[in-house]
Amino acid sequence: MLVFVAVVQVLPLVWLFFFSLKNNQEVFHLPPFALPEDPKWENYVKVWTEGNIGVYFFNSVWITVVSVVLTVFLASLATFAITRMKWKLKKPVLGLFMVGLMIPVHSALIPLFSLFLKINLINHPLSIILTYTAFNLPLTIMILLGFYYTIPRELEEAAIMDGCSVHGLFFRIILPITTPAMATAAIVNMIFNWNEFVFVNTFISSDEYKTLTVGIQNFVGQYTTDWGAIGATLVISILPILIAYLILSDRIVEGITAGSVKG
Amino acid sequence: MEKVMSNKKIIAIYVLPALTLILALVYIPIVMTGYYGLMKWNGIGSMEFIGLTNYAKLIKDPMFWTSVRHSFLLALFSVLSLIGYLLVALVLAGQIKGANLLRKIYLIPMLLSSVAIAQLWLKIYHPTNGVLNRFLASLGIDNTPEWLANPSLVLYAIFIPILWQYAGFYILIYYAALKNIPSSLIEAARIDGANPLQIALKIKIPLIAGVIKVTVILAVIGSLKYFDLIYVMTGGGPNGASEVVASYMYNQAFNRLDFGYGSAIGFFLLLMCLVLTWLIRKLSASDEETQYS
Repeated sequence: MLVFVAVVQVLPLVWLFFFSLKNNQEVFHLPPFALPEDPKWENYVKVWTEGNIGVYFFNSVWITVVSVVLTVFLASLATFAITRMKWKLKKPVLGLFMVGLMIPVHSALIPLFSLFLKINLINHPLSIILTYTAFNLPLTIMILLGFYYTIPRELEEAAIMDGCSVHGLFFRIILPITTPAMATAAIVNMIFNWNEFVFVNTFISSDEYKTLTVGIQNFVGQYTTDWGAIGATLVISILPILIAYLILSDRIVEGITAGSVKG
Repeated sequence: MEKVMSNKKIIAIYVLPALTLILALVYIPIVMTGYYGLMKWNGIGSMEFIGLTNYAKLIKDPMFWTSVRHSFLLALFSVLSLIGYLLVALVLAGQIKGANLLRKIYLIPMLLSSVAIAQLWLKIYHPTNGVLNRFLASLGIDNTPEWLANPSLVLYAIFIPILWQYAGFYILIYYAALKNIPSSLIEAARIDGANPLQIALKIKIPLIAGVIKVTVILAVIGSLKYFDLIYVMTGGGPNGASEVVASYMYNQAFNRLDFGYGSAIGFFLLLMCLVLTWLIRKLSASDEETQYS
């Protein structure tokens, strides 16, 4: 049963890889899981050179990186103040972040669109970077929270006694020791941002700023009948995530578990 | 010490950036959604206040209720599939060789973008050249269905890739929870003569009840706001046969340019998610004590 489930999970992807190396003749007439006699690697060359895949790819990379860094940094600051500092409103503020987990992005989409239209951020990458950050803050704070609670009080007492300022405490002591939690949160964020569709589809209209998800959606439209080209485009879009998963699988598994169970 | 750690200015510097972002881009917009729902508005021109007209229209709109029904149907299927995922996790968390590798393989579809998954499944469901119908044809079935063009099949045809996409995620969560149960508890039960089925039903499942509750909430809320794959694969069609609440909202606002009505739907979606989360938590509140941590 377990192996059957595993096969079901990967079989569609294997089929995708096979047809990305075929021409239509082979896709339609060879058995679905047969390799073509000479693999058409030129499908890959064609889609990479003909369209904007390179641009989309680069946009996905930098927008993801900027949003992840911003999210994890702002979430770390907030989590530090919520878990380590003393103030009256920390419970309701934390509550505000946690309720954010339940809010569907679609319920905020229309006002966000109209807001960005007003301040001229439609078709500007900042609109998606800011929304990614805002919508990922709740989950990121939740992941960091558990880790921050485990930091012993004595650590900061000692630091303050030694004349360390709060900023020094945060930047020189707390941030370095929360690296594992930040890495976990960053990975979860990375997967979300890399695959995000609705915001880019709504806020970005020029090819110059589209990310891979929306880019391939339009791109595939041009090749409606060329299965090999579509296959190659899709493989290019999922390959970076698969490679990252091969290298970081333990961290990714841990990140996804941490991001869900603690709710 | 006390004084240093309650410095108001420093607290503000640390909390305000995140707080401002979430207030400005999440909380204020959802309030605005409710407000825009009271307007007649095409998204660009001026707004006209029309009171509760959009909300009244919503209640009488059969297409809207169809989309609500479809969303709940997806939620039902997702929750039912959790039983299967739990079963897989229970077997996997037993002393199985290669469990680690298997759970990593299960997770792969979840890492891929919905657009890539949607495009792939469009090809799988292709009426003549898709792998599914070619398989059925090879079994000697002549009238292979047009999965996505057939109004009575399309909804279920779309549910399958959604369940496929998230299977690994839930198996992973259950697996992690089951692995957290101290082996001494299981050992004690085994010595008392409990069989594996009894151990699963009487010990393991009650111990992870808290996690199960979380997954039920995630599955229900996730289903209600589900959008990407349906929008890319069918756009809600044919003729609304696969429309869900989020896709209906999107189509009304961004394709038909009725932003007032779209906002009313968006606000309803928000209420639905919040009320259901609250309801599930309330209904399963008694399970709280059994959660093992």
